[in-house]
Amino acid sequence: MQLAIVVNEGPYTHQASDTAYHFTKAALEKGHGITRVFFYHDGVNNGTRLTVPPQDDRNLQKLWSELGEKHGLDLVVCIAAAQRRGILDADEARRHGKDASNLAPGFRISGLGQLIEAGIEADRLVVFGD
Amino acid sequence: MSTLHTVNKTPFERNALQSCVGHLSPGDALLMIEDGVVGARKGSSATAMVQAALASGGVYALASDLDARGIRPEDMIEGIQRVDYGGFVDLVAQHARTVAWL
Repeated sequence: MQLAIVVNEGPYTHQASDTAYHFTKAALEKGHGITRVFFYHDGVNNGTRLTVPPQDDRNLQKLWSELGEKHGLDLVVCIAAAQRRGILDADEARRHGKDASNLAPGFRISGLGQLIEAGIEADRLVVFGD
Repeated sequence: MSTLHTVNKTPFERNALQSCVGHLSPGDALLMIEDGVVGARKGSSATAMVQAALASGGVYALASDLDARGIRPEDMIEGIQRVDYGGFVDLVAQHARTVAWL
């Protein structure tokens, strides 16, 4: 079965991102496919490569990147939500005259259409938020 | 066309559980996750509401979230089933759609 995941909350402010991660991992272990993980609203904060949590804490951003790399996941960050919160890839940074970009490995920036498409293509859409 | 409902807030913080229970159709399932698992504890003012949900369909609670909050199997309302993340995935697959009561 194909599942699409929506993450509406950032790491460390709410458990939603942890739950979404563990759910996605369990779904993959059971042999389901993940159409896309769409990070929306504060959820885009899962996609910054500059997070440095304490060494004894989980690094959610890194966990998402690693899971994405291992399973070839499409990790999409909503562009409007990301720009408001200072999450930029190299192209967006250049376009807006910023001196740095911070999008984490394995993530890509795209639009809300990707959420609609995932909802249409997947068998189930599962939302995690506050 | 059954629905899986997820509730992630305690019934003492928000009315998500109450709203959800009011919308359950026969054959639907209710899964308590995150702080929502507090609703699985027996002997609270929310117990009757959860028992009403149990009468109309399956009620489940995420085991790791129960454990994190010190809610042991013997503390839980009878009939609520503990599931792990794999069980969560199975519930999503078994129902035609999932609604998150955020």
